[in-house]
Amino acid sequence: MTPSVRLQEMIRVIRSARTQGEERGIIQKECAEIRAQFRQTDNGERSHSLAKLLYVHMLGYPAHFGQMECVRLIASPRYSEKRIGYLGAMMLLDEKQDASLLITNSIKNDLSHSSQYVQSLALCTLACMGSSEMCRDLAPEIERLLRASTSYIKKKATLCAVHIIRKVPELAELFTPSARSLLSEKNHGVLHGAVVLITELCERNAETLDKFRKAVPELVTIMKGLVTSSYSPEHNVAGISDPFLQVRILRLLRILGHNNDSASDAMNDLLAQVATNTDSSKTAGSAVLYETVLTIMDINSESGLRVLAVNILGRFLLNNDRNIRYISMTSLQKIVQTDHNAVQRHRGTIVDCLKDQDTSVKRRALELSLALVSPVNIRSMMKELLIFLSSCPVELRSQTASGIFNAAERYSPSKRWHIDTILHVLTTAGGDVRDETVPNLIQLITTASELHCYTVHKLYRALVKDISQQSLVQVACWCIGEYGDLLLKGECEEIEPVQVTEDDVLDALETVLQSHMSAPATRGFALTATMKLSTRITDNVDRIRSIVSIYGSCIDLELQQRAVEYNALFKKYDHMRAAVLERMPLMEKNSPGHTNGDSSGEIKEPEPAKTKPVEPILLSEPANQVCDLLDLLGGTDTPVQPSSAPTSTATTTSSADLLDLLGGLEPTPVPAVTVYEKNGVSLKIQCDSQTDTDITVTLIASNSTQNDISNFTLQAAVPKSVQLQMKAPSGNVIAAHGLGQVTQTVLLNNPNKVSLKMRVRVSYSDQGTMLQDTVQIDSFPSPSWNSQPSIGVL
Amino acid sequence: MIKAILIFNNHGKPRLSKFYEHYTEDTEQQIIRETFHLVSKRDENVCNFLEGGLLIGGSDNKLIYRHYATLYFVFCVDSSESELGILDLIQVFVETLDKCFENVCELDLIFHMDKVHNILAEMVMGGMVLETNMSEIITQAEAQSKMEKSEICAFLSLCRPLSFSVPDRTGRRRPGLLELQHAPYRPSRT
Repeated sequence: MTPSVRLQEMIRVIRSARTQGEERGIIQKECAEIRAQFRQTDNGERSHSLAKLLYVHMLGYPAHFGQMECVRLIASPRYSEKRIGYLGAMMLLDEKQDASLLITNSIKNDLSHSSQYVQSLALCTLACMGSSEMCRDLAPEIERLLRASTSYIKKKATLCAVHIIRKVPELAELFTPSARSLLSEKNHGVLHGAVVLITELCERNAETLDKFRKAVPELVTIMKGLVTSSYSPEHNVAGISDPFLQVRILRLLRILGHNNDSASDAMNDLLAQVATNTDSSKTAGSAVLYETVLTIMDINSESGLRVLAVNILGRFLLNNDRNIRYISMTSLQKIVQTDHNAVQRHRGTIVDCLKDQDTSVKRRALELSLALVSPVNIRSMMKELLIFLSSCPVELRSQTASGIFNAAERYSPSKRWHIDTILHVLTTAGGDVRDETVPNLIQLITTASELHCYTVHKLYRALVKDISQQSLVQVACWCIGEYGDLLLKGECEEIEPVQVTEDDVLDALETVLQSHMSAPATRGFALTATMKLSTRITDNVDRIRSIVSIYGSCIDLELQQRAVEYNALFKKYDHMRAAVLERMPLMEKNSPGHTNGDSSGEIKEPEPAKTKPVEPILLSEPANQVCDLLDLLGGTDTPVQPSSAPTSTATTTSSADLLDLLGGLEPTPVPAVTVYEKNGVSLKIQCDSQTDTDITVTLIASNSTQNDISNFTLQAAVPKSVQLQMKAPSGNVIAAHGLGQVTQTVLLNNPNKVSLKMRVRVSYSDQGTMLQDTVQIDSFPSPSWNSQPSIGVL
Repeated sequence: MIKAILIFNNHGKPRLSKFYEHYTEDTEQQIIRETFHLVSKRDENVCNFLEGGLLIGGSDNKLIYRHYATLYFVFCVDSSESELGILDLIQVFVETLDKCFENVCELDLIFHMDKVHNILAEMVMGGMVLETNMSEIITQAEAQSKMEKSEICAFLSLCRPLSFSVPDRTGRRRPGLLELQHAPYRPSRT
């Protein structure tokens, strides 16, 4: 029996095993044989043993004992052994193993072997698992192979060079000159590799990119040749001549033409030609067309070409083939930020895709729909999204829910609509929403004071229907507790009146308390709500008392504590009960990224220059920088409470005197630097701590006028990549005559180390008149002991 | 960049697994299992693209797959590859296998795993597409096998017939992958 059959014999035996255990047994026996084999001296069987081992490895069994064998086989002079040895190396070794270093020398020798197949083996292995040390050692060899040899070796050497550059970016200069000359090759394989190499070089280094821009005419010629060439059977896929190479070249052209007018001009004709001449009935043509469209959108092309591109995408979107639809939505996603209006035209089709059966298509449609939501179409889009939410696959639910919330917060036309939408989401997908939804919603409800009656009625009804969605139940309990009296009054303009008795309400709350579906937090909500009702209802206070006292011996510690405290409230502190259980005051939204106690939405009021409705952040490039900067702050939240500052000051003109911060390195205590001083109100900045990417400052405000100033608020804005977190101020009233001060800590996180600027708006009311002013802090110098602050005052 | 190429059958048994990024053996098996799980749930007429699972690299990666008779061919790629291009690449791969093995079927892949690896090595190298011209790939692969065979022959002074296909026990030729793809009504036997 010839040896190669042994592998097949083993495979047959393994396949005949009926159970997993049997298979394991067989494999163990085989592995033992293989190990014995390896220990023996060379008798020509080693390669077959290794082949068997690799099969076993593929099935998932441990095979590390074959690593040294790979090294030995690679060093063997025989081609068959080398081959299996290299295959083993690719499958079993990786850069973390020490054994991989041992093959470096073998690879080096094989790279200069007389047979091109041996060379190719070595190149292949190096490209697959070469570590950075190996790459560094062998890079000159590869470079030599790039220039000399046959096209077979050249194309392999080219891709190997790409791998080397990825591992050791500094070696990129080594390959740049050869890469250029490779473009004049005729062999498609080499050309393909050359384009990949050039793409990699350009992506890594901007200077190289500039140098390769000169190659654009050459690339254009090659493309033209491909597009217009007559039928060539070798590279033909479904009627398109070498679509793989075409796609690669288009991608490279995209990189070269990006942000560069001259290069883009050179490509315009070609792109138009490809776009119109390519037959897109098969996948290959569609691939080329799609790549062309992406390239057109990414370079500085003329508007006619862009229109053509978007039309092609629109056509794709209507295609029957799901793959094409998926691809077109992916590309629309990429351009929705820059060409928003063009994509809006296809909104109908995209929304239809939400109803497609295919999950991948649905996912793409969802992301695209969320990106297309704007104040104009918010109502209709939201309807579609809510329908989608009720029928969407489970993995997409939380993404949909948070997308809906974001959209609702940014664009809701009215508070009532907003609350309705959130309620709808909670009833359909309450289990998949984020935790902070509950406090957000509660906070939203408290601010919509005219809707309290409506809200509490709706929530009560939802609660009665279904108590399984925890977020919904929590919000409902809280509202019933707060606004129970409104519920019991029964009348409400916006909803059909239903008579609700006190017993009904208490029944509902008790059901929540006793249900096994309720989470402990929910029960806490329900208990507190019940307690609050004791001041809002008249007849059933005893019932409430009894409910509360039952829970005084509950196993859940939290509930027990609450119940005991409430009991005490009934017994010993009854006189205080009414005061304690009063309506809650308006809450301030105090989450990271917000300026405290104000509405970021107010600052978002469109500048006079903006004629479009509020678009996503990225589109507001032409607008005032303040709006841009401040847009980032609250992210996407609606005005939280009626802001006291006037909305007219949209155009803030700040004479940009520079203010330097002391680059305070701790532990030296840094004195506060006065940033703003006017009309007796002064603002100082003190740097608390500074690292490479983070800086913490405290803003201290004081008042040297005769009168107290009140409603003192600070708002701050920072550049896009910087994150701002303002902590709660110590207060908003500053006593007169410098007797008091308000401090507020601000944390800035600057991961990209851009130059840090901050614009602070000061607003306060002095004896009834509202005043407002802005300070710009333009440079925060790098930490140094000797930087003198220079102070800018507006 | 292509992160991994997997071929497994309708029951999830791996027939070929090639990873172009390093993962531990356990992770590799887990990836195969997870990919099978994701791909087997798919209907017949949905699109061929899947957002990948969490194991094989997260949000940037997609799974592009094609189902031929009893085998799934799955390429896991990142965003730098053209999705439709990879779809074509899978087709070219299968057609190349078909030419090399004469009407390839799953058994061929099972019993000639190393040859499949060699053919794949001519097409994809280091996670990048190397050659897409079928005749070129086949020529090179055959030249290399010839070299190997001549060595073995010289060594053992025995010659083995140069046919690749392995008949099954009954001696009948099972229908190949591509045939079954184009004639879906023929019953597929494993």
